[in-house]
Amino acid sequence: MGRYKRAMSDKPPVEPPGSEITSERLYLRRRDFLRNAGLFTGTAAAVAGGLYLLTRKQRRLMDAYVPDAGDVTGPVVKAKGAFDTDEPRTPYEDVTTYNNFYELGLDKNDPARLAHHLKPRPWTVTVDGEVHEPKTVDIDQLLSWFTMEERVYRMRCVEAWSMVIPWLGFPLAALLARVKPTSQARYVTFTTLMDPEQLPGQKRRVLDWPYLEGLRLDEAMHPLTFMAMGLYGKQLPGQNGAPLRLVVPWKYGFKGGKSIVRISLTRTMPLTTWNMAAPHEYGFYANVNPAVSHPRWSQATERRIGDFGRRPTLPFNGYGEQVAHLYAGMDLRENF
Amino acid sequence: MASTPHPWLNPALTVGGLLPLALLAVQGPLGQLGPNAIEAALNQTGLLALVMLLASLACTPVRLVTRWTWPARVRRTLGLLAFTYACAHLFTYAVLDQGLAWRALFDDVVKRPFITVGFTAWVLLVPLAVTSTNRWVRRLGFPRWQRLHRLAYVAAVLGVVHFVWRVKQDVTEPLIYGAVLALLFAVRVGEAMRKRRARAAAAARNPA
Repeated sequence: MGRYKRAMSDKPPVEPPGSEITSERLYLRRRDFLRNAGLFTGTAAAVAGGLYLLTRKQRRLMDAYVPDAGDVTGPVVKAKGAFDTDEPRTPYEDVTTYNNFYELGLDKNDPARLAHHLKPRPWTVTVDGEVHEPKTVDIDQLLSWFTMEERVYRMRCVEAWSMVIPWLGFPLAALLARVKPTSQARYVTFTTLMDPEQLPGQKRRVLDWPYLEGLRLDEAMHPLTFMAMGLYGKQLPGQNGAPLRLVVPWKYGFKGGKSIVRISLTRTMPLTTWNMAAPHEYGFYANVNPAVSHPRWSQATERRIGDFGRRPTLPFNGYGEQVAHLYAGMDLRENF
Repeated sequence: MASTPHPWLNPALTVGGLLPLALLAVQGPLGQLGPNAIEAALNQTGLLALVMLLASLACTPVRLVTRWTWPARVRRTLGLLAFTYACAHLFTYAVLDQGLAWRALFDDVVKRPFITVGFTAWVLLVPLAVTSTNRWVRRLGFPRWQRLHRLAYVAAVLGVVHFVWRVKQDVTEPLIYGAVLALLFAVRVGEAMRKRRARAAAAARNPA
């Protein structure tokens, strides 16, 4: 106050010319500008961050979840077999981080993240039903019965994407021969492990657990039908159905039951999980068929994982020469 | 005359709202969207279109409940963002996924209710985006413009149905969006009923 008075009493300061005085409006806008810039940045960041959180589940970087599985123990035959495809193999990272295994979560990347819950040892498998010699065996004993073969198969998902996977395992027919099916056996049922601690997705009744799949006995005995215990020369990772899964390369992927604990031979057609959940969308046979659309999308084309464009889907996933005779005389539109 | 309050609001929404799209456009070609990048882009753009559409529909109910005025000023921005994501979604499906195979696209739209519903939702958003300017509000007259823009609710319902049909088994997430939409609609219906009662009461007080 005093200083101000003194200034007033001394000679007046030189006033700058009016043209140079920043107008009050502009002076206030400088502060407004800074404040608005801050609010703009904060709001934009909050909006982008909120949207990121809402949609983040698609974005998780999966590199951290590529499994480092040990090699399969015991004798392994890697000679190229008659059924192997020469098509480029889908990278291990993709085969092990892009999975449908609802017992380990509904999103494609959930199984890889949650697979550590699944303990593939110790593990017992029961083979029973219409057989002369039912067996309940430890998985390692079962493994010792067979020489592991490598089979490079196409895998076509019902969702219209596909992969090429080098499986390691043995033909289902070799296992069935050991238990000697009775003359009454017509079908085979595959039961997945039921244990919400190991398969946390089973805590929610998204499907009627445990997961059941089935084949006709002649389909099960076909030399293409395979029980996989490994892929890419390594032990099967949990997300791919450790320690034992079914692979039926001419059928949609969901037919391949994972983490199997029981294989039962029956006289009548078994109930299968997806068929019970949505009978008009998923049939018992589920043979790959470009002519029969899924109600929500066409099955005429597919995207091979890693490709940009789509390619035509082949009848029986390209294995028609080997398996078409199994369905001679059947209406495949009716029996989809 | 005072300048518009919160001049930063709409630019911030536009920039923040478009960032996820920019990120997709960068990450996709770099192979950072996982083994099935096109599926990831389809899921992202579809979900963001629905989120933006619901956000734009939330403006009026939020204004009615809170008495704030700013939601009314961001409605157009949010609606246009919804349309932008709906277009990006359609582009991803028709061009990147189906490679503009017209026959397959036609079959999808005509034969498969899941696609029919999604495509119809996009079609309904086109006239709303076109008539989103002040000039169009004047040209149509506000009551007619308002009636036309109620189509946004129809588009949102179709969007939720499209989402429900998209998932294979677990419909929890789409139903959450459905519940939000139902809540927003309930606020609007409640407000309309309150207004009607107020008009009736006024008419009763002042018989013509």
